[in-house]
Amino acid sequence: MTAPADNKPLLDVRGLTIEIDTRRGPAVIVDGINLTVGKGETLGVVGESGCGKSLTMLSLVRLLPNKIRVKGGTAEFAGRDLLKMSKSELRQVRGGKIGFVFQDPMTSLNPVMRIGDQLCEPLIYHRKMNKADARVRAIELLRLVGIPGPEQRIEAYPHELSGGMRQRVMIAIGLACDPELLIADEPTTALDVTIQAQIVDLVKDLRKKLNMSVVWITHDLALIAGLVDRVAVLYAGTVVEDAPVNELFARPTHPYTRGLLASIPKLSDERASRLSSIGGTPPEPGRRPKGCPFAPRCGLAESVCHERVPVLEPVAGSGGHRVACFVAQRQMMEAA
Amino acid sequence: MAAEPLIKVENLVKHFVVRLGAFGERGATVYAVDDVSFDIFAGETLSLVGESGCGKSTTGFTLLNLQKATSGKVIFQGENIVSLDEKRMRPYRRELQIVFQDPYSTLNPRMTIGEVVGEPILFHKLATKAELPECVSRLLADVGLPARFAQRYPHELSGGQRQRVAIARALACQPKFIVCDEAISALDVSVQAQIINLLLDLQEKYGLTYLFIAHDLAVVRHISTRVGVMYLGRMAELATREQLFSNPLHPYTRALLSAVPEADPELEKTRQRQILTGDVPSPLAPPAGCRFHTRCPIAMDKCKAVVPEWREVVPGHHVSCHAVGMETAG
Repeated sequence: MTAPADNKPLLDVRGLTIEIDTRRGPAVIVDGINLTVGKGETLGVVGESGCGKSLTMLSLVRLLPNKIRVKGGTAEFAGRDLLKMSKSELRQVRGGKIGFVFQDPMTSLNPVMRIGDQLCEPLIYHRKMNKADARVRAIELLRLVGIPGPEQRIEAYPHELSGGMRQRVMIAIGLACDPELLIADEPTTALDVTIQAQIVDLVKDLRKKLNMSVVWITHDLALIAGLVDRVAVLYAGTVVEDAPVNELFARPTHPYTRGLLASIPKLSDERASRLSSIGGTPPEPGRRPKGCPFAPRCGLAESVCHERVPVLEPVAGSGGHRVACFVAQRQMMEAA
Repeated sequence: MAAEPLIKVENLVKHFVVRLGAFGERGATVYAVDDVSFDIFAGETLSLVGESGCGKSTTGFTLLNLQKATSGKVIFQGENIVSLDEKRMRPYRRELQIVFQDPYSTLNPRMTIGEVVGEPILFHKLATKAELPECVSRLLADVGLPARFAQRYPHELSGGQRQRVAIARALACQPKFIVCDEAISALDVSVQAQIINLLLDLQEKYGLTYLFIAHDLAVVRHISTRVGVMYLGRMAELATREQLFSNPLHPYTRALLSAVPEADPELEKTRQRQILTGDVPSPLAPPAGCRFHTRCPIAMDKCKAVVPEWREVVPGHHVSCHAVGMETAG
């Protein structure tokens, strides 16, 4: 662990821009994103499908699919730029210092390898363990993620396990080398609520035990309410709001965040006849509007919103709450 | 509820026979739906909830005779529709429609939206060819799409727009009853709210009855009149929305409700959760007795041996659990 003693963030992403090749030429899908994750902090990255949340995280470990590439920006992890590392340096980071849990446990595990062997692989590679030690540690990991009878289950193939169990195995692999940072990309989307609750509790527990930083990518605002310290809301490849979790739910400031929160039916609510919804759909890549990407769907949009792109600015009267919205910023100026 | 139900489901059973082993040499039975009975009343939204594999979708399919029931009855307009062959079923098909989960695979990619929506109208001879464009644009307007969309192909539409088209197609033959099989599960939160509103508006406008199959309890609470909770092919609890959410009786319902995350960080930090351990057992070999006893926090010896009876504890509130009666008695 070479984390600096000062309070520099563990992960510091600046101006990250990602491009995709389309028939109409290259199109920007992630547009100058800034994100930081502190040591021991849990960041929730929230957005709808296509907002670039998964691509942002995949780009950090340079796993972007063909035709999609990083156009600019830096991503410093413990002081080193992930985007400029050599292949061999990167190999030390992937699965070693940064653990990754992918969304779909059905396709991310190797179907013809026993789960024990898949768990031992990173231990032997990164930790230079011998086979016998790795096996002991693998059993320990399976027990840690709550798989009953790990001594027997270690011999199982992925198809012999249920979806919840496979996702636990994925998490165990992500955690195998005690990573400083765990990136979880919608790890519970494919699971039932009861299993989701188990996995969320497990990650909360482990985070405390291991003091790791976590980035939790999701589209479910309700899910992260009790899980993360800070939330970054993404819309069409930009961060539109970034705030501590209590602050975000108490004072959502960006019209998109407000719309998202209002469109979730709550269990504690009485039955309302209609939900408030956001009209329209997010812009397609390559057809981004000139100004604020949310302006075409925004009820508060003014002429300036269609002309210029707003940048993240601190919200008055609160620590660490930032929003990228001309209207909200002006209203705050007037209120002050 | 004195009113005559629109659809009466009696002891519905659906078993699938599957071949196991590399060469399919072993046969086994999946107990997908086992002895389920409930009524659906005109104008209501009855939701079925439960974890994947609990048989909620199979119930919807079997009820519409899209899959042959193993046994049991579904009474609609005095006829047991699950006993009908496809030809005699056809007049009823017009009144009983379904909207599926995935709006990407349910629309034929080579048909324009106009053809997709117009097909059932022509099939059931509800309009002539000349009247068709008029009908189609009215249906598209109903689901909030502009008439020019009739010329487009599914790949030009977003997920939410496709789901609107699927709903327009279901509406095309003026049904009384629509099964919404996870119809909003694949959509983004903001689009999901649009479709929920659309379903509520259409219900009001045309007096539709919905069987809403979903796993998102917050959505279910928002739109349902009554809610049924299924576990491993059996109905665990069925009650009005108020009863089920304020006074859940079955231990499984309680656990399910406590697992739903709430969009409120303060509440989430203090909330007492009852987290179920383990997974749902395989429907190939469901546990004897009460199927929930392997994960139930209050299971007794009786639960392992005797199947709990499906009974009405309070008017309109059905539950199948041995412990529930004991609580009220003691």
